[in-house]
Amino acid sequence: MSHEPVPSVPHVPGVVAPKAPPVVDASDLARALEERSMGQALRTEELVVNMGPQHPSTHGVLRVVIKTDGEVVTALQPHIGNLHRCVEKIGESLPYYQWLPYVDRMDYLAAINNEHGACIAIERLAGIVVPERAEYIRVILAEVQRVASHIFAMGVYGLDIGAITPFLHTFRERERGLDLLDHVAGGRLLYHVVRIGGVKRDLSPEWIDECHAFLDAVEERLPEYNTLLLDNHIFQERTCNIGVIPRELAVGWGVTGPALRASGVDWDTRRDAPYGIYDRFQFEVPVAHSGVAGVVGDCFHRHWVRFKETEQAIRIARQALRDLPPGEIQAKLPKTLKPPKGEAYVRVENPRGELAYYMVADGTDKAWRIRCRGPSFSNIGVMTDVARGALVADLVALMGSLDIVLGEVDR
Amino acid sequence: MKSFLDGLIDGSSLLQAVPRGLVYTVGILLACKAVLLLVSLFAGEIVWMERRISGRMQARIGPNRVGPQGLLQFLADGVKLMAKEDVIPTSADRLVFLIAPYIVFAGVFAAFAAVPLGAGLVPANLTFGLFYVLAITSVEVVGVIMAGWSSNSKWSILGTMREVAQVISYEMPLAISALTVAVLAGTLNLTEIVDQQQGWVWQWWVLRSPATFVGFFLFFTAALAALKRAPFDLPEAESELVAGFHTEYTGFRFAIFFLAEYAGMFLFSVLTVVLFFGGWHPGVPVSLTTGIGRALGFLVLFAKSAFFLSVMIWIRWSLPRYRVDKVMYLCYKVLLPWSVAAMVVAALQVLLTGGR
Repeated sequence: MSHEPVPSVPHVPGVVAPKAPPVVDASDLARALEERSMGQALRTEELVVNMGPQHPSTHGVLRVVIKTDGEVVTALQPHIGNLHRCVEKIGESLPYYQWLPYVDRMDYLAAINNEHGACIAIERLAGIVVPERAEYIRVILAEVQRVASHIFAMGVYGLDIGAITPFLHTFRERERGLDLLDHVAGGRLLYHVVRIGGVKRDLSPEWIDECHAFLDAVEERLPEYNTLLLDNHIFQERTCNIGVIPRELAVGWGVTGPALRASGVDWDTRRDAPYGIYDRFQFEVPVAHSGVAGVVGDCFHRHWVRFKETEQAIRIARQALRDLPPGEIQAKLPKTLKPPKGEAYVRVENPRGELAYYMVADGTDKAWRIRCRGPSFSNIGVMTDVARGALVADLVALMGSLDIVLGEVDR
Repeated sequence: MKSFLDGLIDGSSLLQAVPRGLVYTVGILLACKAVLLLVSLFAGEIVWMERRISGRMQARIGPNRVGPQGLLQFLADGVKLMAKEDVIPTSADRLVFLIAPYIVFAGVFAAFAAVPLGAGLVPANLTFGLFYVLAITSVEVVGVIMAGWSSNSKWSILGTMREVAQVISYEMPLAISALTVAVLAGTLNLTEIVDQQQGWVWQWWVLRSPATFVGFFLFFTAALAALKRAPFDLPEAESELVAGFHTEYTGFRFAIFFLAEYAGMFLFSVLTVVLFFGGWHPGVPVSLTTGIGRALGFLVLFAKSAFFLSVMIWIRWSLPRYRVDKVMYLCYKVLLPWSVAAMVVAALQVLLTGGR
């Protein structure tokens, strides 16, 4: 700012000349302001803290740079990419068959669901018809995986809030689910069991009995988890009205999955845009409505939706087990799969939200372009808008309730 | 302590030969050593107890390999921690960083000087014992500030701010609810307070007045917060602040923080028993003045405090963590008014009934 000279006023007798405004130096002003503020309030500084990538509640290697005023978060910026493994690019340099194991590693807590979507996309490109039994097996495995993933998310959320015991309780049941998948696939987390045109292994009658026992056990345990979390007074104080994502904000940021339904949007890809054989099953889509506790869109409801969805996943798995038809589990496929020129866009409901694959085939045995839409990636973004003004503890509660998996954010 | 040493000197011709001052000094040092060892041992066993109980609660087993039922686990842990490198961050304030753990440690262990662990089993039978204990435990906060500030780490500073705010705030309801007993008992001497609770169970202070009954719950809650135990473990909230003020500490210095924390748990459970639950009196009218009786009294006190320790552990592994502002709300708007009210009721009771 330039200081213009004050025009001199001609002296008129009897009239008091207006005083020229004092020329103020910028540093003088700062000093004056500082002096004035002394005694009124302590001069404070904002603290820029690096939350992650090595932080216990960033659920992986997310790095969030937060600016805090004491405990209050004034701004935050998520930095992603620490777990980037070029899954999409690798898909463009490998034959379709060989790309599938990479998909497992995107959302490593829901590998079956990832495989399911990828296989459907490739099958749609190549026009492969999957045998009935394989379709049912896929649904059973996917729902068992969903149950395992959701109860794990619920337990880990307890850990974020500070309750350690529910985490280990849910781990106990989750481990049973993982054992089931292990028996089918031979791996605990990364299965590669859903294959193009079918599934790798058949389900034995013993496995089906064991699966029923697992679903019963989880159903029995769910109220027990709720006594430790959902119904707990401290849990409600920590999550109700915290990290509220309004309906419009959720839709605007492309939030999907339980987080979207917790904001009151009635959308589930399994019901509204069915893939595979999901249109054959009876299930409800839990949507947050006010009246449980807190307000729609808060952390409490995200947890609540997850709990309700676990019940529905059990329901779907039971129906699929009941209707499981006999027959083949793998379609006949050529040794090298060369889908004709074309493109496919397939979206599936991952436990964390809507996972989509866009694939372009150019007639060779490799895809010309593969693009994945990860639900965690979209869900993470909404944090910047919601967390402002929250406490550090609320930030942890918010991050945990979005249930992000960094493997899939970065891909 | 002095009378005990005097008796010892009078009874032994050998001790009469050496100067009295030397006997006192050696005697006091030995007593300190004994208390230190005893309390460290208890603190170690409380760690084991916590790990075993939490294991049971979480469908795990817990440590059961070192010694019978894993009882010597704390020794193995201690040896492991001592063998570790003592890392000092380059940007840390070296001197303050190094001495901070010992101040925390001293704050807790000095309190045991005035805490009676049995009839006559008290290093210093102070007339203002309760006041001394509550005052000396505040020293711990100084050590925590030193540790958090000198670490020069942002998470440590956040943890330290939380800890200092919380512990200082909760000392008020803690002290005031403890004073309900002192007002009714008419003394601050912990041994006298225990002796007033001799006899049947209803002679225990917790059952003798509505003020002390409420006072006990306030005291226990405030003690949990002052000890930074869940659900008030905000200063060390591992899911938020990684480890709070001792994030940068490793090896033996970390072990000292750890030991001080568990010694603090033992201290406050013993205080709860001494103030409200009859101390070493078992709740039936028996005399515990003989040698065997004193030992039994010590066991009774230990059993009672083990019960309160279990409650602390039980609470920790069941509940989520409070948020920082709710903790302050609880302190200033719930516990403090209630403890002041309890104190007023106790004072009125003394005024109207003459104290007994």
